[in-house]
Amino acid sequence: MLATGSWAWTPRTDGVDLPGVFRYRTLDDLEALRAWVADRSAALGRPLRGAVVGGGVLGLEAAAALQSLGASATVVEFADHLMNVQLDAGGGEALRVLVNDLGMDVRTSLACTGLGAADDGAVATMRLSDDGELPVDVVVFSTGVRPRDRIARESGLAIGERGGVVVGATCRTSDPAVWAIGECASFDGECTGLVAPGNAMADVVVDRLLGGPRLYTPAPEGTKLKGVGVDAASFGDVFGLTPGALEVTFTDPVARTYRKLVVSDDARTLLGGVFVGDAALYPQLRPMLGRPLGADPSAFLAPEGGAPELGGDLPDDVVVCSCTNVTAGAVREAVTEHGCTTVGEVKACTKAGTVCGSCVPVVTKLVHAQLEASGIEVSRAMCEHFAMPRAELYALVAASELRTFSEIVAAHGTGRGCAVCKPVVAGILSSLRAGHVLSRDHAPLQDTNDHVMANLQKDGTYSVIPRVPGGEITPEKLMAIGAVAAEFGLYTRITGAQRIGMFGARIDQLPLIWQRLIDAGFESGQAYGKSLRAVKSCVGSAWCRFGVRDSVGMGILLENRYRRAADAAQVQGRRLRLRPGVRRGARQGRRRHRHRERLERVRRRQRRREPPPRGPARGGPRRRDARRGHRPVPRVLRAARRPPAAHRPVRRRLPRRHRRAPHDPRRRRAGHRRRPRGRDRRPRRRLPRRVGRGARRP
Amino acid sequence: MSTVLVRTDVCALDALVPERGAAALVDGRQVALFRLADDTVLAVQNHDPFCGANVLSRGIVGSVGDAPTVTSPMHKQVWDLRTGACLDTGGKVPVLDEPVDLATWAVEVRDGRVLVAHA
Ligand SMILES: Cc1cc2nc3c(=O)[nH]c(=O)nc-3n(C[C@H](O)[C@H](O)[C@H](O)COP(=O)(O)OP(=O)(O)OC[C@H]3O[C@@H](n4cnc5c(N)ncnc54)[C@H](O)[C@@H]3O)c2cc1C
Ligand code: SF4
Ligand code: FES
Repeated sequence: MLATGSWAWTPRTDGVDLPGVFRYRTLDDLEALRAWVADRSAALGRPLRGAVVGGGVLGLEAAAALQSLGASATVVEFADHLMNVQLDAGGGEALRVLVNDLGMDVRTSLACTGLGAADDGAVATMRLSDDGELPVDVVVFSTGVRPRDRIARESGLAIGERGGVVVGATCRTSDPAVWAIGECASFDGECTGLVAPGNAMADVVVDRLLGGPRLYTPAPEGTKLKGVGVDAASFGDVFGLTPGALEVTFTDPVARTYRKLVVSDDARTLLGGVFVGDAALYPQLRPMLGRPLGADPSAFLAPEGGAPELGGDLPDDVVVCSCTNVTAGAVREAVTEHGCTTVGEVKACTKAGTVCGSCVPVVTKLVHAQLEASGIEVSRAMCEHFAMPRAELYALVAASELRTFSEIVAAHGTGRGCAVCKPVVAGILSSLRAGHVLSRDHAPLQDTNDHVMANLQKDGTYSVIPRVPGGEITPEKLMAIGAVAAEFGLYTRITGAQRIGMFGARIDQLPLIWQRLIDAGFESGQAYGKSLRAVKSCVGSAWCRFGVRDSVGMGILLENRYRRAADAAQVQGRRLRLRPGVRRGARQGRRRHRHRERLERVRRRQRRREPPPRGPARGGPRRRDARRGHRPVPRVLRAARRPPAAHRPVRRRLPRRHRRAPHDPRRRRAGHRRRPRGRDRRPRRRLPRRVGRGARRP
Repeated sequence: MSTVLVRTDVCALDALVPERGAAALVDGRQVALFRLADDTVLAVQNHDPFCGANVLSRGIVGSVGDAPTVTSPMHKQVWDLRTGACLDTGGKVPVLDEPVDLATWAVEVRDGRVLVAHA
């Protein structure tokens, strides 16, 4: 059986073999491309100018890859619009606007006619069919694939006109003892370029080898652009070539979307669709190909159209996942026959949605509809008090005048709320700017963290984390933090988000601590918020030898702009590097690798329920581990991070008489944290007097 | 032997924020006081049996069915404020061998003052 796939074809122009010219097909291609971009930009001392020849799905993916490596990207396309196989001219034009926004330069109706070399032999210029020239440092060819059919040719098997081993519906080649499947097989004069038909052919071969009667019938294909950051998808008769076909098009230049449905002459049957800028309809409509739409086509395309909800009631024989050829019926069966109760279980059971993922929305709808039909309730309720999810409650509250919890629960819920819905309502009200978060109406809704602007720790004390935008901090501020920590006896640590955490503050100390910090110019770092917390950045062009942009400035700008913007979840800007393409150091890589290996070893051991190795262990934490016997992984790793004994804030064995008077810096250590932790921990007998006086707020 | 109940004046009712707890030291024990929306005041132990920290007064007040409840700010166990009965252990067991239910105190509001009864 031949399943040799295809090879990336490149035009036979001058210079396609120059260093710096790549194909985009295999992982090796990518590895070489990545290495070239890193080395060449280091050698030239500037970001590279990249060009991609071919504006198809893979060409755009390659251009996005170039950009993510730090190079610029110009896409040169021979046809008059991008993705010309999958999109009509209108869709291609819409796509051009979108990729321009990503910073790609698109040159259509142009061919690359040759490549020129620099003095050092590497590629430096691209000649174009309009006699223009493009300066380039790296070129990627994505000009289509050709079936890899050399073995077949040399063995005398029938070869298709456009290449590929000729197969019939049984997937047999001209020699009945030889089969061919996938991209190397030519069925009806066509070779496929997707995973799904290859899988279908493989099914046919297996069935036939077992004596079955199965025949291969090409299923209509759909394509979705991936990995570029722009939505573009199409299926079926994109160009309206079916006789009498009608096209319903909706273009929104403001929202930058282009959507088109192709339907039969009676406007009933769906023949194809094009979606650019917003492909939400693609997974819903693709399974409906060749079937009655059930509604006016324009209802689907109108922006707020009352588009009928598709998904739940698809006929059983409709293929919902074309990658794995799973039908709606099979998904339903997973629920009814195999007892799956979540989308995750259905995916694991049927494999639907496990390849490209574009069908997951439809699969989700099917699963929920089936669960409901089977009497299993799919509750969307937030909790016992509100029957709707957060987004719906937000919309209800935003559209009304309700601005306190009591009003909201009276109008839309029951009871007096709980620890789930109250903080949610608090977040909603704070997004709607319904008043100070600690006002008498709103304070009872806040989790203790939001209430006291610090994070509750395991012993009931709090950690205080001031905001340090972009990680930039003055010596004076550092000293202010140091002074506060020393005065209140707090344990300090640099947090993962480039801030300084002070741990072990009692609730009654928080107002004093915050007063001190506010006087020094700090504000709360929202380390507890369902909001933007922190934006991490590197040091950037102000100091870095390789810095080309002001990443600290950008980090500060972003953080200050969006700090406290309340959301449904916490947001954290991860390491902001304005110069992509700089790789992690080798040492860091090795360390992570070793760390993972160690984790894996520990896990393996635990799976086998073996005791940890005895005898001399490597490194401190492991020795602890060996002495104490079997422990779950996280403890082993956490042990390594414990501060050296001298720096630990806990003095366990200090006798009671060592308590100091208030404001002695060591007071807290002796008195407050004196009690032992762990198994013999007892409740503290006395609280300082202040706490008895009602809740205090910083 | 009969015990004599003593009432300790803890604070003014106005000092308590509706549906927000406050901790008080009554006869050497930490008591979490909760003023409900209808101005009744209920008292349970401030000590969270599940985590061993004195934090229940900082939990969120709400309801389960008819029962007014407090949720631990630590790990979200839920108790009935009237009886101290644990309604949701969250699948956890207390760190020490403490009962999961909370001790309760009778509270009276007289002339705008909150009085907690204890032996
Ligand atoms: C970057 C990229 C993205 C893609 N994205 C998608 C997508 O999102 N969705 C989708 O449906 N499709 C996608 N495709 C297409 C999809 O990958 C292919 O259609 C599919 O892999 C073809 O399968 P195949 O088995 O026919 O060939 P291949 O997967 O190419 O396998 C052929 C194998 O045969 C080996 N081989 C060749 N000659 C010999 C020989 N003489 N002896 C031994 N071994 C040999 C090759 O090394 C290769 O491992 C993408 C392709 C690329 C390159
Ligand atoms: S990412 Fe930041 S630190 Fe790294 S090289 Fe660029 S500017 Fe320098
Ligand atoms: S359609 Fe690709 S995973 Fe389902």
